[in-house]
Amino acid sequence: MKAEGIQAASWLLVALPLAGAAILLIGGKRTDKWGHLLGVAMSVASFGVGAAMFVQMLGYGAEERRRTVHLWDFIDVGSFTVGMDLLVDPLSISFVLLITGVGSLIHIYSIGYMSHDPDRRRFFAYLNLFVAAMLLLVLGGNYLILFLGWEGVGLASYLLIGFWQHKPTAATAAKKAFVVNRVGDIGLVLAISLMFATFGSIGFDQVLGEGAEHAGLASQLSTGTATAIGLLLLLGACGKSAQLPLQSWLLDAMEGPTPVSALIHAATMVTAGVYLIVRSAPIFEMSDTAQLVVTIVGAATLLAGAIIGCGKDDIKKALAGSTMSQIGYMHLAAGLGRTGYVFAIAHLIAHGFFKAGLFLGAGSVMHGMNDDVNMRRFGGVRGFMMITYATFGLGYLAIIGFPFLSGWFTKDGIIEAAYAKEGTSGIILGSCALIGAGITAYYMSRVMFMTFFGEKRWADDVHPHESPKVMTVPLMVLAIGSVFAGGFLVLGGFAEFLEPVVGKPEHEHHFAWLTAPGAATFVLMLIGAGIAWRQYGARPVPREQPAGSFLTVAARKDLYGDALNESLLMRPGQWLTRLAVWFDGRGVDGAVNGVAAGIGGTSGRIRRIQTGFARSYALSMVFGAAVIVAALLVVNVA
Amino acid sequence: MSDFPWLSVLIALPLVGAALVALLPREREALVKQFALLVSVVVGVLTVVMAANFDTGGARFQFEEKYWWIKEFGVHWAVGVDGIALTLILLSVILVPLVILASWTEADRSGGTDVPAKRSAKTYFALLLALEAAMIGVFAATDVFLFYVFFEAMLVPVYFIIGYFGGPQRSYAAVKFLLYSLFGGLLMLVAVLWLYPLSAKSPAEGGVGHGTFLFSELTQLTIDPTTAKWLFLGFFIAFAIKAPMVPVHTWLPDAAQQSPTGALVLIVGVLDKVGTYGMLRFCLELFPGAAKWATPVVLAFAVLSIIYGAVLAIGQVDMKRLIAYTSVSHFGFIVLGIFAMTSQAQSGAALYMINHGFSTGALFLIVGFLIVRRRSARIHDYGGVQKAAPVLAGMFLIAGLSGLSLPGLSTFVSEFLVIVGTFSAHRWAAILAVSGIVLAAIYILWMYQRTMGGPKVPAVEGMQDLTAREKWAVAPIIAIIVAMGFFPQPVLEVINPSVKETLVRVDQRDPAPKVTGNVAENGARP
Repeated sequence: MKAEGIQAASWLLVALPLAGAAILLIGGKRTDKWGHLLGVAMSVASFGVGAAMFVQMLGYGAEERRRTVHLWDFIDVGSFTVGMDLLVDPLSISFVLLITGVGSLIHIYSIGYMSHDPDRRRFFAYLNLFVAAMLLLVLGGNYLILFLGWEGVGLASYLLIGFWQHKPTAATAAKKAFVVNRVGDIGLVLAISLMFATFGSIGFDQVLGEGAEHAGLASQLSTGTATAIGLLLLLGACGKSAQLPLQSWLLDAMEGPTPVSALIHAATMVTAGVYLIVRSAPIFEMSDTAQLVVTIVGAATLLAGAIIGCGKDDIKKALAGSTMSQIGYMHLAAGLGRTGYVFAIAHLIAHGFFKAGLFLGAGSVMHGMNDDVNMRRFGGVRGFMMITYATFGLGYLAIIGFPFLSGWFTKDGIIEAAYAKEGTSGIILGSCALIGAGITAYYMSRVMFMTFFGEKRWADDVHPHESPKVMTVPLMVLAIGSVFAGGFLVLGGFAEFLEPVVGKPEHEHHFAWLTAPGAATFVLMLIGAGIAWRQYGARPVPREQPAGSFLTVAARKDLYGDALNESLLMRPGQWLTRLAVWFDGRGVDGAVNGVAAGIGGTSGRIRRIQTGFARSYALSMVFGAAVIVAALLVVNVA
Repeated sequence: MSDFPWLSVLIALPLVGAALVALLPREREALVKQFALLVSVVVGVLTVVMAANFDTGGARFQFEEKYWWIKEFGVHWAVGVDGIALTLILLSVILVPLVILASWTEADRSGGTDVPAKRSAKTYFALLLALEAAMIGVFAATDVFLFYVFFEAMLVPVYFIIGYFGGPQRSYAAVKFLLYSLFGGLLMLVAVLWLYPLSAKSPAEGGVGHGTFLFSELTQLTIDPTTAKWLFLGFFIAFAIKAPMVPVHTWLPDAAQQSPTGALVLIVGVLDKVGTYGMLRFCLELFPGAAKWATPVVLAFAVLSIIYGAVLAIGQVDMKRLIAYTSVSHFGFIVLGIFAMTSQAQSGAALYMINHGFSTGALFLIVGFLIVRRRSARIHDYGGVQKAAPVLAGMFLIAGLSGLSLPGLSTFVSEFLVIVGTFSAHRWAAILAVSGIVLAAIYILWMYQRTMGGPKVPAVEGMQDLTAREKWAVAPIIAIIVAMGFFPQPVLEVINPSVKETLVRVDQRDPAPKVTGNVAENGARP
């Protein structure tokens, strides 16, 4: 159905922040004075448009909530017709509100956080660019427009991780993030190619169908092709969402300014993989294998990320490991099919609130600690920054799944859904998710205790202080979201809201306050937090990192992900490059020079012709002309 | 207006301009430059006016002119453009004024240290204009012999530009370029001349009854398969050298390293396109059977070029060589698209030619600006430029991102079309080719990181940011790259009809999708 009213102007969502980015980048230093204000204004305006669209959508019946906007013909070659199309439906509007809402809060926070940076204007330009690209990603009405946004957020992520380009570590991390994502992009590009070859279309309408029945062309897929498309999409999702085996870039991405980590590398961009899989549900539903692989990747990553989080002393890296882990949960849920989609998205939104709050809280702590990130040099900060402590604390309780807070509703939902899956795979997946919850409680409590509790471990020249209002107000808003978002979504009919997109679960799911998996999760949570208390709360934390056990060392080294990449890809790649350069000079070019020498003298002589090359050209011309004449004669005779 | 001899005038104008520039006094450098710029701008404006009169729904070749040239040998002065030729001519005439603007000081006698006696601004700009005439001619020619003449005529100005104005190894590079090109040219010449007796045969024997080189008549020949294969090879090898494809690419890195950057933009951006343009126009349409026969091998070499070129680009330490190797990789994509023989792949390839011209042009121009400042193209000699010259670094990044085909920039559309179109017909070639997108990210971003990122090296301290002249030389290209990234359809509409004709000629239909439910039948777009 065609969009009407404000929804017909949904392009504004993308255009406003894009215009902001363009003005700030082209305007250059002239916009330094008010650049940050324009950036905030554009993001907030986008949120306003999104909210109005949402209200309009609520006025429609469930069947009429799927609206499309055709802006212009993008590419039209042969049977390949792709429009610049936008799709407004309950799924995309959920993301729109998350992106613009949390995005605007982070924009506001950044005014304070980046106030001393001479390049603050450029920072806001990139943030605006990111918001525009992320909105295009979730609003795109076909896979190509989705990909346009997909790469746009990749670019913004690259620019923002490397925002401090003069730091070699930041420059390297930015490049790494882009390159690893490109590996994932191979999957997405091939998936789109395969879809076009199979369906002759890559539009959501045609491929996925227009309703909850998922009756598009995908419903006629053979299992083999569905598996192939599904796994290729998953490869793309793994890159963007830092899932195994393409996880290695996310921890390095913490080189970017903290608001970036909060917005891009926690709340929104890294969840794009989950969006892709849930959006492509009709394809995944045609292949049990593809779905199973999604759950396996999710389960493995949720454990790996959690373990990595346990070993990090850098507060941002501990949170980054946690992000990996939480997105693992979402993938696990998305792979479970119709029972899981709603929890995947609900957890994604709830996570957007509490993880953004946690990162911004960490940023607030760093702000007061001379930009130190090492938790071993924190300790006892709570007395100096009450607001940061309180909001971070609420985010902490939300993520570990403390009863009645956001995480409790959404994460426990995933664990239950995993156990509900039939067969042994359900038990294994559910147990992974359950154990992950325990580890989550451990590493998050560790962060909490090392930072806010215990005795002070910072140097004398550090004077912890609370951040300005412009930073603490967003923290408070996010804290409110951390507390209530999950309950609001799960109890407030989010499942019915999404149903026109993701379909009805086979078994009606009823929310229950007390379930067996829920109780087990609660017990494990207490155990995890208890161990952390014993290790980091009840006794002093050493200022220097102790040697640590085998597992701790492995966690500190990101479970050897980088070492693996280095020995399997980077080193052989470097050798291959060197070999190719050598071969091109000796082999290919040598042969050519040899042939040239055979015709025109030695290759040395060619090199030595310093003067008189005009003469040699004249000679060649004469030679060429002679050949032409001779050839013409031959032809004439023939 | 339709009777106006647009193309002849467009070819003659820069040539006359070149002659006039050559007549100006050597000392009046400023006048020489201004006049050359004026000529190129006039040519550009005229071409745009002509293009505005091009009817995308009309005949395939438009603005046609035909006069006898050498009647005894059946040679015509025959010119005309289809959509593909038109867009390539547009590419050329847009780049030339920008190149002149960008290389304002490149040929000054007061320039660098190693200045040969013969160089002067007037020689340089006269050669550039002469090159422009040859470039327009080669794309406009609809007589195969005339095409050959322009094909060889392009060599002359390039040879002298590299030889007079190049780097320390300029003679080696110039001679290598010439030998390669002459070798290819000779093979093509033999093939061109061979067509004459074939066309002279009676229609019953597969000819047209009189000796001719007109493209429109040659496509009606019926050539026996063995002969066609040989002729195909004659053309193809010449074009593969020009393009350049692995393994006959080694002249390009040397030419790139030694050539002045302004001319380099035209060599890589336009001149090399004659190779891929020739494949699409002549190899496929004159010898459709032989082209299909050769397809598997050509696709293999195309994929090899993509990967090999990219791997070598990663290993380079000289920025000009690096970009040259990225072009080898990109030309692999173009050839892949041409020989995949689906409408998406071929339209993508034709569009790729234009986009690559702008994208690589911008990259070379900006590297040229760096060289003017630091007198070096070596990556090691830079570092932290982003801090000293943010506008330069920003433009370098955008040009670089277009080099790695970032969606939102023009190059993505063409590369994506090539991949999608190839995938539907030659799955494995497409799967292998896609690895190019990862390698491209590595070579571009690593170069950016090493030159623009990191702490400022001492030599970069106080480096001047882009001047207004330099900004105006690059900004239009960047604008085109971005605009065509979001609105490629107007250009595709010009290209599509020509591609359609080519595919009819080689008798190839796009593979049909496997799953076509009732949903697809209405084909409705939202």
